[in-house]
Amino acid sequence: MPFQTLLITLVALLIFSYFIGHKRSIAVSTLHKGRRNLHSRPHYYGYMVAIWAGLPALLILFLWSAFSASMVTSLTISGLPDSMQLKTHDELGLIINEVKNIIEAGQISNETDLVKRNAAIHYQRLHNISSLAKTVVVLVAALLGLLLSWRMIKPETRARNRVEAVVRWAMIGCASIAVLTTVGIVFSVLFESLHFFQSVPASEFLFGTKWSPQTAIRADQVGGSGSFGAIPLFLGTLLISLIALLIAVPLGLMSAIYLSEYASKRFRAFAKPTLEILAGIPTVVYGFFAALTVAPFLRDVGESMGLSVASESALAAGLVMGIMIIPFVSSLSDDVISAVPQAMRDGAYGMGATQSEAILQVVIPAALPGIVGGVLLAASRAIGETMIVVMAAGLSAKLTINPLEAVTTVTVQIVTLLTGDQEFDSPKTLAAFALGLGLFVITLLLNVLALHIIRKYREEYE
Amino acid sequence: MKTNTTTGDGFNIEINGTVGTPFTDNAKMGSRNCDVFYADKQAIFDINLDIGKHEIIAMIGPSGCGKSTYLRVLNRMNDTIPICRVTGEHTLDDEDIYAKKMDPVLLRARVGMVFQKPNPFPKSIYDNVAYGARLHGLASNRSELDDLVEASLIKAGLFKEVKDDLQKSGTGLSGGQQQRLCIARAIAVDPEVILMDEPTSALDPIATALIEELMDELRQNYTIAIVTHSMQQAARVSQRTAYFHMGKLVEVNATDKVFTNPEHQLTENYITGRFG
Amino acid sequence: MSETTKKIQQGLKKRYAREKRFRFFGLLSILISFTFLLVLLTTISSKGLPAFQQTYIKLDVLLDEDVLGVNKTSEHQALFAANYGKVIKNSLKTMFPNVKGRKQKRALKNLVSKSAAYDLRDEVIKNPDLLGTTRSFWFLAKDDIDMFMKGKIDRNVPEADRRIKDYQLLWIEQLMTEERLEKRFNTVLFSAGDSREPEQAGLKGAVMGSLFTMLVTFFLSFPIAVAAAAYLEEFAPQNNRWVDMIEININNLAAVPSIVFGLLGLAVYISFFGIPRSTPLIGGLVLALMSLPTIIIASRAAIKSVPSSIKEAAVGLGASPIQVLFQHTLPLAMPGILTGTIIGMAQALGETAPLLMIGMVAFVAEVPSGVMDPSTVMPVQIYLWSDSPERAFTERTSAAIMVLLGFLVLMNLFAIMLRKKFERHW
Ligand SMILES: Nc1ncnc2c1ncn2[C@@H]1O[C@H](COP(=O)(O)OP(=O)(O)OP(=O)(O)O)[C@@H](O)[C@H]1O
Ligand SMILES: [Mg+2]
Repeated sequence: MPFQTLLITLVALLIFSYFIGHKRSIAVSTLHKGRRNLHSRPHYYGYMVAIWAGLPALLILFLWSAFSASMVTSLTISGLPDSMQLKTHDELGLIINEVKNIIEAGQISNETDLVKRNAAIHYQRLHNISSLAKTVVVLVAALLGLLLSWRMIKPETRARNRVEAVVRWAMIGCASIAVLTTVGIVFSVLFESLHFFQSVPASEFLFGTKWSPQTAIRADQVGGSGSFGAIPLFLGTLLISLIALLIAVPLGLMSAIYLSEYASKRFRAFAKPTLEILAGIPTVVYGFFAALTVAPFLRDVGESMGLSVASESALAAGLVMGIMIIPFVSSLSDDVISAVPQAMRDGAYGMGATQSEAILQVVIPAALPGIVGGVLLAASRAIGETMIVVMAAGLSAKLTINPLEAVTTVTVQIVTLLTGDQEFDSPKTLAAFALGLGLFVITLLLNVLALHIIRKYREEYE
Repeated sequence: MKTNTTTGDGFNIEINGTVGTPFTDNAKMGSRNCDVFYADKQAIFDINLDIGKHEIIAMIGPSGCGKSTYLRVLNRMNDTIPICRVTGEHTLDDEDIYAKKMDPVLLRARVGMVFQKPNPFPKSIYDNVAYGARLHGLASNRSELDDLVEASLIKAGLFKEVKDDLQKSGTGLSGGQQQRLCIARAIAVDPEVILMDEPTSALDPIATALIEELMDELRQNYTIAIVTHSMQQAARVSQRTAYFHMGKLVEVNATDKVFTNPEHQLTENYITGRFG
Repeated sequence: MSETTKKIQQGLKKRYAREKRFRFFGLLSILISFTFLLVLLTTISSKGLPAFQQTYIKLDVLLDEDVLGVNKTSEHQALFAANYGKVIKNSLKTMFPNVKGRKQKRALKNLVSKSAAYDLRDEVIKNPDLLGTTRSFWFLAKDDIDMFMKGKIDRNVPEADRRIKDYQLLWIEQLMTEERLEKRFNTVLFSAGDSREPEQAGLKGAVMGSLFTMLVTFFLSFPIAVAAAAYLEEFAPQNNRWVDMIEININNLAAVPSIVFGLLGLAVYISFFGIPRSTPLIGGLVLALMSLPTIIIASRAAIKSVPSSIKEAAVGLGASPIQVLFQHTLPLAMPGILTGTIIGMAQALGETAPLLMIGMVAFVAEVPSGVMDPSTVMPVQIYLWSDSPERAFTERTSAAIMVLLGFLVLMNLFAIMLRKKFERHW
């Protein structure tokens, strides 16, 4: 049975189980002096039976479906003639792909290469076996669960406690998905990165100053001679993020100060949500705007001043990104500034400070740790921002800190390396994962540090 | 506190103006017909009072009776609360402090304030004391500033304890030291009047005694108004005492008289501990 | 007046000037952001609005049975396969008999879109009686003609640098004097999938793709997030290592760059589990992980705000903690949870970067009809169109942005209404 049919069958079985569990509990209870001596209300018995029937079967179904493809593949590979076994991992992958294509096209009998033909037959047989076995095992598990739990129904069975225990575990499972996600991220980038560092030394990646992965994908080359020095990418990322922060931090901070200390209630009620709109606009829109309007504008302005500004300048991308993170900085700073105790302001006013003096000399220094935390979070945001730079920054990995030139960034390269047709195992694709690892580590460190600082700060004024 | 007095709970007694001697000849500061509102709610009702030169006047009364509010009228700290509105005439050396040409910044430099909870800035001890001088440009060079800081700390009785730690953070001091630091910070700008709002309520008896001693010395040069919940403290440090009740000024008299022979029934009720 | 007072007074003017300047800079910062927002929105809408109109050309077409090789009695199959392009070309030829040379002939044929032939075919299949008659039809104009009609091509530019040549200008003028050119509401934009031809490209594929993706995201992230939030708020033991770890992870995931989730999707979902790429299913799976932290954090706040007195009353009546959760806490917290969910969904709807990694950038012309069909989503469609060189695509990109922003505005308004309506003061 295909996946969907099996799933629907299971769901139907589940509903059925609920009803017979429910019914059975009432039946056993009337034998023993009425429903009152049932430990739990009847529907809990229904849930109990449904859980027993459904949960193990569903688990088996999902796990089997998730792993059967890779199992069948590896079994097929081990079924290949001995001479083929010596081939590299990549080549075997190619062969398996071809085999799969043959099967999908329904061309098994027309295939001339005997090895591939046999492999295809083998593959299909294994696949059929797996699929049949899956159906049988899942259905048996469901029926077995149904039967066992049905027989368990007695007035003294603590159905509610059992059901609630399952619910509780399910909730813990859901909460743990956050951890699983992190683990998944770490493993996926780490694993592929390690793979990458087997063909390109880590030292070249970390300290190399030349980035040109494109030369590595000539068809007759595996491994290849592309240069994978990531310094220009990290420098470009840093340059654009710096420009963005130079715009976002002063503007965001000043906006927050004005809104929280000076603005009238009415202005604040209007200005705050308006500012937040900037945070709600999708980044692809900013990217489009940066590439279509801001970059040409900067180029024209530069021209009129006798400067040559690249049409994909770091400045254009950084500027737009800066505007994008203004609301981020301002709302974080707003929180932090309003957490500074009134006593601090009173102290300054009591000494005869003007409002700006109180803010600049007392409130901001007192709020500084929190503000620094916010800026770090903003920096992490800027470093990880993708669409604006993909659309408005270039692809040229230049080693420069001139904001008027075109630079490329880590995220741009990840996107470029991974979009379009790709061989999963070429160094070119793997390089994207190494870059992803770098990105993840840097932003993680920034986040952890920022959250730590902010928490410390909050505790101080609690 | 519940007691068996014939005068009931004391809140039924009428207040018709202020009894005693609210006015003096050598007034440093004065208020006439002072009303204060928080939005629509009136917190102070028609207060008339003079504060004499080089005297310490104590302000006492039950919680919420408007002592802090009145104190903040005197250096226009209420200006920083948007909903607060002050009426009446208020003078400092016969100048109208709510006049258009009176600058609140300048006024607050002349009428300093010490708060209930010590509130040193998160800066070094030195920078805390130097804060006002820097703000107002009082010292023209570093050594002048050093002298000013030292002098203020000496006057506040803190210098001995901190002279080796001037660069340490002011927030790292003990509560009593912090409050003396705040006093040093206030006197560093050489104010004419110092307003103190329960300056010792957060401190232990030893620290309190130190500050009371200090106030007595400061009286030589400054005029001091102190709000306190401790009647003993009022009796120890002040020359005159003003008793507030529900936003009204009930009685002002020489401190001895207030505590031995109060004129108004409400004052007596309060100092004998019948309520408040 | 004392010495000190005098000194202070001297400095006051300067200090107040500084105060004023500082205040001005504060206001200026806000105004800069506002200006940017205004410029952004006006640029996009002024560029995008014309795209909601499209130029159509009226042609008198002789549906010649000989040319088409079919007649009224022909089978559907034959009607379907007939060469309708030919009759359209003939009609153009009769209108402009003096056209010479291959280049000009091709340009003449390209006055109308390639889709004209399909439109004509559909008309004929609907009503075979049209065969043999001459009828007027409105056909979609080619993008260059459309651009010219919208004033995007300047006729004062030298001919060599112009997409529309002089002879084409003459045709257009003739068509205009005969009132055969007309701008109408652009239905194609909303009824068609993507296309390489700008005038035939529509948003429907992307809108449906987004819809399916959002459905997957919602059905995964909503229950998981609510369960996680309920556990962390109501059941999680204090000072438990695993619980601390979960909390730290949620906070950190909220700040992980979105592109990293794309890498996760590529390595785990596609390579490891073999989920087909370019489908709403995989897009939804990736976006669900991304929106989890947002929804969990909002749900926790909502659950926390349910007063404990209500929960205690239920416990007092003998309800178990799980019953209290499902019967009291969650229903009361639901408006807050839903508000957070909508905001998380709005973020997911605008997300682009991770979807590029998992194949949603592929060119897909068909409108998807399920979560397993290859498709793209709105923000990715914007990205794709913005990359296309044709001028007409710039206009359509802006229009697509307007549509996307429209959806986001609707979602946020809904969230605000929800919050207003159910705002409770315990
Ligand atoms: N910022 C404010 N906004 C609104 N009302 C206020 C504010 N500050 C004080 N009040 C009100 O004004 C009245 C007087 O308050 P005030 O703080 O002056 O009393 P107090 O005598 O200093 O009391 P305590 O001894 O407790 O310090 C009180 O009823 C209080 O609620
Ligand atoms: Mg008070």
